[in-house]
Amino acid sequence: MNTLTLWFHKLGSPPLFYRLAGILAPWMFAAALVIGMVALYGGLVLAPADYQQSDAYRIIFIHVPSAWMSLFIYLFMAVNAFIALVWRLKLSETLAMTSAPIGAAFTAITLATGAIWGKPMWGTWWTWDARLTSELVLLFLYIGVIGLFHAIEDRRQAARAAAFLALIGVVNVPIVHFSVTWWNTLHQGSTVRLLGPSAIDSSMLWPLLLMALATKLWFVASLLARTRTALLELEGGKEWAREEAMRSGGRA
Amino acid sequence: MSEFLAMGGYGTYVWSSYAIFFIVLAIDFIAPRLRRRQVLAELRGRLRRQRKPSETSP
Repeated sequence: MNTLTLWFHKLGSPPLFYRLAGILAPWMFAAALVIGMVALYGGLVLAPADYQQSDAYRIIFIHVPSAWMSLFIYLFMAVNAFIALVWRLKLSETLAMTSAPIGAAFTAITLATGAIWGKPMWGTWWTWDARLTSELVLLFLYIGVIGLFHAIEDRRQAARAAAFLALIGVVNVPIVHFSVTWWNTLHQGSTVRLLGPSAIDSSMLWPLLLMALATKLWFVASLLARTRTALLELEGGKEWAREEAMRSGGRA
Repeated sequence: MSEFLAMGGYGTYVWSSYAIFFIVLAIDFIAPRLRRRQVLAELRGRLRRQRKPSETSP
């Protein structure tokens, strides 16, 4: 084995991941909080009001980063589901399953804040247009993955079945992303573009991008914390998990 | 300050959005911690039961 595969296998070992995640997670949470606070100060206080939407547009600073995360986490889950199904890597199975609730949380935030934003701007909480409906389907996919995972007794079999569902559901990701270009919808098109100039002033853009970074860090932190617990549960019979249980008992 | 909270008349919409954002993420933060405590307690219980009665007292 070359160094890279060796390193990969080591990192894939539950006790090592458990220890590393325990060290990293608090720092990631702290970084997400600090960066998020700076971003929200920029978005809520420093950025000027919109000429059309006045201050209502400020919902963008949580709505859009959450929406990006809802898709990003789905892709992350699908990649891990693929690895879990092809190479049967235990850590990938676990990562796919622990990322699902975080993705569902961000999707729920996206839908809820979108509805609250839609009411004053469009005059309606909800409309069955392409963007909104495909995002709702995304939430149902997350809930389906979580539900299937908890419905099967054998944990590893459950993870593989749910991973399969996650993999099929990935077709919805481009549908959500391109829905505003493919169909005529009430939802506005993309404001921030990777290629070409964004249709947003820099005073509003930097808090938005910083908030996107904060939510990414939050995802990593939450994922590490959740994966730790999941590994402990999965490997409950192993020596390292017993040691951890006894050690935590001494502390509590 | 009250002008800031009013958000140009959209205060209810803006702040309820932010409230949802923070409440959902707070749940996301707390849930795995509670679960971890539960899992560790279960593991300790299982270990205690596996030992001989003479060794059970911690």
